[in-house]
Amino acid sequence: MKALVAVKRVVDYNVKVRVKSDGTGVDISNVKMSMNPFDEIAIEEAVRLKEKGVVTEIIAVSCGVAQCAETLRTAMAIGADRSILVETTADLQPLAVAKLLKALVDKEQPGLVILGKQAIDDDCNQTGQMLAALGDWPQATFASKVEIVDGKLQATREVDGGSEILSLSLPAIITTDLRLNEPRYVTLPNIMKAKKKQMDIVKPEDLGVDVAPRIKTLKVVEPPVRSAGIKVADVAALVDKLKNEAKVI
Amino acid sequence: MTSLVIAEHDNASIKPATLNTIAAAAQCGADVHVLVAGFNAAAAAAAASQIAGVSKVIHADESGLAHGLAENVAAQVLAIAASYSHIVFAATASGKNIAPRVAAKLDVGQVSDITKVISADTFERPIYAGNAVATVQATDATKVLTVRTTGFDPVAASGGSAAVESLAALAASASVSFLGSEIAKNDRPELTAAKVIVSGGRALGSAEKFNEIITPLADKLHAAMGASRAAVDAGYAPNDWQVGQTGKIVAPQLYIACGISGAIQHLAGMKDSKVIVAINKDAEAPIFSVADYGLVADLFVAVPELVAAL
Repeated sequence: MKALVAVKRVVDYNVKVRVKSDGTGVDISNVKMSMNPFDEIAIEEAVRLKEKGVVTEIIAVSCGVAQCAETLRTAMAIGADRSILVETTADLQPLAVAKLLKALVDKEQPGLVILGKQAIDDDCNQTGQMLAALGDWPQATFASKVEIVDGKLQATREVDGGSEILSLSLPAIITTDLRLNEPRYVTLPNIMKAKKKQMDIVKPEDLGVDVAPRIKTLKVVEPPVRSAGIKVADVAALVDKLKNEAKVI
Repeated sequence: MTSLVIAEHDNASIKPATLNTIAAAAQCGADVHVLVAGFNAAAAAAAASQIAGVSKVIHADESGLAHGLAENVAAQVLAIAASYSHIVFAATASGKNIAPRVAAKLDVGQVSDITKVISADTFERPIYAGNAVATVQATDATKVLTVRTTGFDPVAASGGSAAVESLAALAASASVSFLGSEIAKNDRPELTAAKVIVSGGRALGSAEKFNEIITPLADKLHAAMGASRAAVDAGYAPNDWQVGQTGKIVAPQLYIACGISGAIQHLAGMKDSKVIVAINKDAEAPIFSVADYGLVADLFVAVPELVAAL
């Protein structure tokens, strides 16, 4: 069974972004870019399934600018076998990415597609579910444990109040939550090996997908700043402030 | 223009997040209908009909809808979607799971996590863990939205008298089945609806200490308990307690952070709280930059002292 894993190039999670002064977006020139952390978990899970003999080939896909090739090299250093870059400078929104992935899924026929549950830049949390809907596939979002039992996907999902377990027929979509696994460190020999792995480059037009944005960003501003309050000397002073100043207890 | 709100419920009652979602929907269009898709969920539908501002409740009942599976609920929404200008979900685990399926099938973009309705097609939403706020306009005919509940005051759960209309339930998807769940049972308020939250971080050191130190304070304040990602990853607290960018977004009247340093991802989940108290022995911890009241102290001493003083 093939597994297809979608990876997104995003501003590194340690970078605190700044809003551009003209209010058109955030300034991402000259900031460190990395693979979306949830997608790293997605690749790691695919590699673990391959190590267990469930998955035979892992195809990493990234949609975006030419530099997404670096993200795909990282995915291949973690253990993806080959990769596909859907190259475009267009502003890609989740529905467009889901359609691009659907076109590749139709071509590659994977048994599993694994994606991060959300990207830490736009925080949308949509693409996996949209891809599932487009293919009429079942979905296990926010997965914290997955295994293949008797040809079916058994997935534990993180939900409000606890967790639930679903059984899904294949092909199926998985989106990863934080507790699914801890991605391995990429080693230098694997980085070297990844350079030799195959990377195909296609354009959205080649896949027949219209990627025009459906949501228009009118402006982007800084959030209201919450100013720091005061330090209190001891517990008694804290209780006094909460009772008499803030009046919250 | 009519909005359809997809109720979040346990078949017996309506979850509080639905009330905030209805408030957001009411700002989008004149009429608000509520879909209760469940199994033996007449009580939930009846509760929905009491909610202020709801003009119609649509009730679909089928065993496949018992556990809110996305495949089945989305199909039920799509069966009636054509009548609505806005289809609105709470940005909870459930709403996030279902909404994009509906949007993709309608071939429309979805606006996630709205915190403000500016007009029927224009919304505010936080991006980059809340480090920026975007104003976005949805250009498709049908707007599919998820609502960040902390952005909207809930409507009243009573005072309404909407008619309940039955909707023929669709057959359940054969490709997915529900095997079971582990939902923690406790008497505490739900994290996202609590007035007071006591949250613990990695400094607690173990699950035992987390329980020993945080629980008495939460008991005393009738508070919900939360945790930082570090504490959850270390196994000190269950995963659904995680407050932050990719966990729960909360905005209680009082948020007490004990031994939490305050990574930007954590701050993204709680900085809209009305009053923030931080107890941490590191005076330089970033949590103090958002705290109204900071106490630089060893939490193992200060928290029990606080419990005794309340």
